[in-house]
Order: sequence, then structure tokens, then C-alpha cells
Amino acid sequence: MKIDKILLDHGSGGKMSHQLITDMVLPIFDNPILAVLHDGAIFDIAKQRMAFSTDTYVVDPIFFPGGSIGKLAVNGTVNDLAMCGATPLYLSAGLIIEEGLSLTDLGKILQDMALAAEKANVKVVTGDTKVVPKGAVDKIFVNTSGIGLIPRQVDISSHRARPGDKVIISGSIADHGMTVLTQREGMIFDSPVISDTAPLNHMVTKMLAAHKDIHVLRDPTRGGVGAALNEIAGKSGVGIKIYEEKVPLKKEIAGICELLGFDPFYVANEGKLIAFVAPDYAEKVLAAIRADEFGQDACIIGEAIADNPGKVIMQTSIGGSRIVDMLTGEQLPRIC
Amino acid sequence: MAIKHLEEYRDPQIAQKIIKRIKAASLKQIRLMEVCGTHTMSIFKSGIRQLLPETISLLSGPGCPVCVTAQNEIDAFIALSRVEDVIITTFGDLIKVPGTDSSLQTERAGGRDIRIVYSTFDALEIAKKNPKKNVVFLGVGFETTAPTIAASILAAKEMNLGNYFVISTHKLVPPALVALMATREVNIDGFLLPGHVSVVIGTKAYQPFFKQYQSPCAIAGFEPLDILQAILILVEQIETGAPQLTNSYRRAVTFEGNVKAQKIMQDVFETVDVKWRGIGTIPESGLKIRKEFAAFDAQKEFAIIVSESKEPKGCVCGEILTGIKNPTECPLYQKACTPMNPVGPCMVSSEGTCAAYYRYYSI
Repeated sequence: MKIDKILLDHGSGGKMSHQLITDMVLPIFDNPILAVLHDGAIFDIAKQRMAFSTDTYVVDPIFFPGGSIGKLAVNGTVNDLAMCGATPLYLSAGLIIEEGLSLTDLGKILQDMALAAEKANVKVVTGDTKVVPKGAVDKIFVNTSGIGLIPRQVDISSHRARPGDKVIISGSIADHGMTVLTQREGMIFDSPVISDTAPLNHMVTKMLAAHKDIHVLRDPTRGGVGAALNEIAGKSGVGIKIYEEKVPLKKEIAGICELLGFDPFYVANEGKLIAFVAPDYAEKVLAAIRADEFGQDACIIGEAIADNPGKVIMQTSIGGSRIVDMLTGEQLPRIC
Repeated sequence: MAIKHLEEYRDPQIAQKIIKRIKAASLKQIRLMEVCGTHTMSIFKSGIRQLLPETISLLSGPGCPVCVTAQNEIDAFIALSRVEDVIITTFGDLIKVPGTDSSLQTERAGGRDIRIVYSTFDALEIAKKNPKKNVVFLGVGFETTAPTIAASILAAKEMNLGNYFVISTHKLVPPALVALMATREVNIDGFLLPGHVSVVIGTKAYQPFFKQYQSPCAIAGFEPLDILQAILILVEQIETGAPQLTNSYRRAVTFEGNVKAQKIMQDVFETVDVKWRGIGTIPESGLKIRKEFAAFDAQKEFAIIVSESKEPKGCVCGEILTGIKNPTECPLYQKACTPMNPVGPCMVSSEGTCAAYYRYYSI
């Protein structure tokens, strides 16, 4: 009988586990460091500053327009490293698989991870697979950790925003969160909504080539732009002023947010970054972002100010102003 | 689903022009109430308050469905979630509202099956997929949500679904306006009437209220320009002493309203006196499920035991809902009561006045 589903046996550590790894995982991530199949990956590294990051992905649905849990897991950790100014090098991948997951789906997820790794120019060099009984996880959870090297003179941190810094965003907001939400709820719209999941490391390389001293980089994932800006305002002790009409937001995404009562400022992005750059270099860095395939719609959306430290203030499109606070918990759809 | 866009209702130049006209027209000190919570949020989000002249005070009204839901109703929802084999389906806003000794969120964390849905038809689907469970939809809201909830009962009947129930705590807007005007401490010079509700009930539904009180009324949409335009209309009516019932949301609201939705609502529900948080019992202001549909009425099907319901101590939600007090005048505001640890529903709901103040107004 041909096995086409993940069985608990695949997580046993026995022959079936070994087979899963050698038949399915190894050929996909094929590289000499992984091929050793030691308890850990062993590699040389020069005496340099390193960044190390980890993240776990539990997205539902596991496939969505624009990506999958696999693509998201690689891009997510690549981006976390890139936001430290690091060039991502190596990733680990931990898979927790629910008994019964189809091997076709697993194959697609692994394939997506490999493609994403290739695109970001990183290698998956170590990993782990566990299988748990039906219901213990929802289809598949993926953890990735990664390390990267930080070039000399690069000092990027959420503490470094200074009054006068320009705030740049690399493209439209809220695409990923609204895509996943509407997919999960089975909502169908005339205009397709697509997740923005993408690697940002090549963009960051271009930015650093344009100007080494970028003060802050953040990828506004969970909690959206609102949460990211609030964290930066708090850590740097500056106020942040944002101009509502300058923030790129696709019409279809704006419409769906409106319909469901979501504020796009708090919706997750998976392929966008926010940069704080001294005003004299902002245009140069902006041009570098726009030269990247994932940064064509980048623009300056505001600036750091000395007033109102710790607060994010939005100038509204009709000329009023309001606070953009951090959300307390999950954003919930409204009643009417 | 087609989504039309809204930029034309956010045009800064037109906004400035309307604001200029409001400033020129507004001489007397006036108090206007935006009845609907979605208006409150939109006003805060677009920063309208700061743009208006000091002569105009905006008060937030009772049009936040979660906020006016009485404490004993919230407690009943919580009690229902504890009934064996019950799956609670609800709009998201409700789950954080604190009852007397718990909230739906706390119950969910404790293992009760409570699911947020976007439409009553999601709840029907859940009922179909779980024939051995009883699925209860928490019917909260105004004339906006009542028709779709009524439609779900009709659909359940059509499908012979024996495990779908609704607990109806729906409330009606026009009787609340009457109750507000009858409250002595409430001094309101004009009403910004809700947009979505009016789409369903039409301009005609406010005529009895308008005839009785001759208070300036403007039905408004939710975009910044819609709201500014309606404020201008109210200011002009007040200054010229010529009150009217004006529909300034003509792209969505008609005189008759949505007759089909009204009929579905009348077929399934009948009016009843109900208690509103902060306002008290208002005659004929609630909707209960008619006898013919008793098989779908959660209140009839389940013995819900609510031991004494207590409103949170010190919380002035009631006075906030009637425009008597501002959130900043509540001793708990920003101290004991925050969105992280809400004492009253006005701090929880995305349409709540306290939540709006907290999120957008603390510059």
C-alpha cells in the first residue's frame, strides 16, 4: 500500500522517520552541511558580529494566495535577521506535523521552503521533524531559526530613531493579514487579495549600500505598522508623526478592512519594512528600496519628532490628528 | 463582492471648505449627539473633534450594541456557554465584555466552545457540521443585524435544523431616542442619526420621534465628509431655528428603507420592553423571537440560570451612553479601567466611547 499521509510512525525515530528525512527532506534542501546529518550543523564563521533569530509559524490556512506556511517560515526568519542589518546565512527548520497530513501537502510546503531559501540566498542546514497525534497540532507548525552576519559599521536598533529622521515604508500595508483572514473565513472578493510574504534581505543590502547608517529597521508583522511604530517611539524616546494619506494601502485591502471593521494599521505584513533614516539620506535610501523588486511602492510616510515622546500621532487625511495606540489584544470584527 | 472606493469622501480640500462653513455658521454653544458607535469611532479616527469650533460639543450616544447590552444579558450568555454540548457563536465584539463574574473570553480559555463568526450563516454551517451539539448564536445589535439573524432562523427552519438557536437581545434605535429626550439631565440640541440602521429602517422610522420633539436630526454616513456635512446641516438648522429631519446619506438611505429586511424582521421578531444598560427599561425597544419560532429560541430551550447580576462598581458607562458624562469624568478611566483590563463594556467594544477616547484621544 502506498503511503500518502503522515503517520505517527513517521515521528517514531525509526526507519519511517529516517525514510521521511532521506527521501523527502534531504533532496529538497540538498547542501553539504545538512547532508552530514549530524546532531547539529557545523560550519566556519569569521570573527564578526552575528545576528541570531527564531520564529514559529502556525498560520491557518497553510496554503494561501501568495504563499504557504513554508514560504512564510523562511521569509519570516530571513526578514528578522535582515532587520538587524545582518546578511542571513543559515537556517534551521523544525516541523511539527499532525498525523494524517498528506505527503503531497508536506512536499509542497518543503518545496516552498527550498524556493524561498534559494531566493533569499540562505541554506537550511539543520532541522527536526516530529509527528503528533491527530488534533495535537493543526496540520503543521514550522519553526525556523537563523543566523546572519552583520557588516561592520552597521548599527541598527529600535532605540536609534532620532527627531528629524524620515520614516520610510517599503510598500502597501495589511496585505498578508487580510489575505489570511479572508481565506480562513472563506470570503470571496472580486479583486484578488494576495499575501505580501517576501524576503527583504536583498532590499536591506541595497539600502546599506546606499547609506550605512540606517537608524532603525522593523518588519511590521503581527500587530502591524501601529505596533511597530509604537515600539520604536517607546524605545527611542521620540514622537512619530505619520501622514495618513501617504501610507500606501491597496484599494481592495482598504475596502475589506472597512467592510469587516479592521484598522489596516494593526494588520500583519510579511514582506514590508519600516526604516528610520536621517533626513539628508532619506531620498537616497528610498531610491535603493524602490530599486528592489519588493520595494517599488516605497515612500516616506512621516518623521520622528521631539514632541510627544513615546507616542505615534497620525495626521488624518482631512487634516485632523489622532493617536495611533498599540492594540491590547487581537483585533475583532465589529458588529455593525 | 465589489468594493467601491471612498476617497472622494475623505477629500481634504472639501473637508476644509465644510469646516469653514461650520465655523461661519456656528454662533451658539450647542451639543450634538452622534447616536451610533461607528460614528464615534470615525469621528475620532479622522480627528474631527479638533477641527470643529469650540461652540460645538459632540456627545457619544447609546448606539454601541455591546455597550447597551444589559449586565443580566451578558451573564446569560456566559451561563449559556457553560451548558453541556453547547457551541456559542458570536460576533467578536462581545467576547471580552466582563459579566458579573466572568467573560466569554475567560470561558473560552477555560475550554468552553465559543466561536467568533462573521455572519449568522457561518453559525448555521457550524450547526450543520455538528449535529450532536447545540449551536447558539448570540443575537446582539440593532436594526442592522436583526434582519440577518431573523433570516438565519428562517433558513434553519427551511433546513429543518433542530440544533440551531438564537438568544435575542436586539434593540431598536428610535425608541432609545425618545427615552434620551425624556431624560431630564440630557440636553441635546441635535442628533446625528446612524447610517447603517437607517439603511434598514428608512427616514420614515424617525418621523414619530421628530414630530414629538422637533429636534434637528440628520442621518449621516460614516466617512469624514459625510459626518462634517451632517454637522453643518444640524448647525444651520439650530441657528435658523428650523429643525428638520434630514437624510444626508442619500447614497444609501431611502425614505422607506429596506422593506424586505423590515419584513423578515417583523416575521420573526416582535417588540418587547427591554432594559438598556445605563438607560433602564425602554418600552417596545427590544426584539424577541415570536412564538411561531419558539423552537429556535435559546431562552425557551435552555434553562439559563443567572444568579444576581451586578453592574461594575464605580463604572459610569450609563451616563456616558446618554451623553451626560465624558469618559475622562469617570474615576476609573485610564486607571482601573483600560482596554487591557476593562471594567465596563464601553472600554471593550471597538465602538465604545471609552475605547475611542483611550485609543485616539490621549495626546
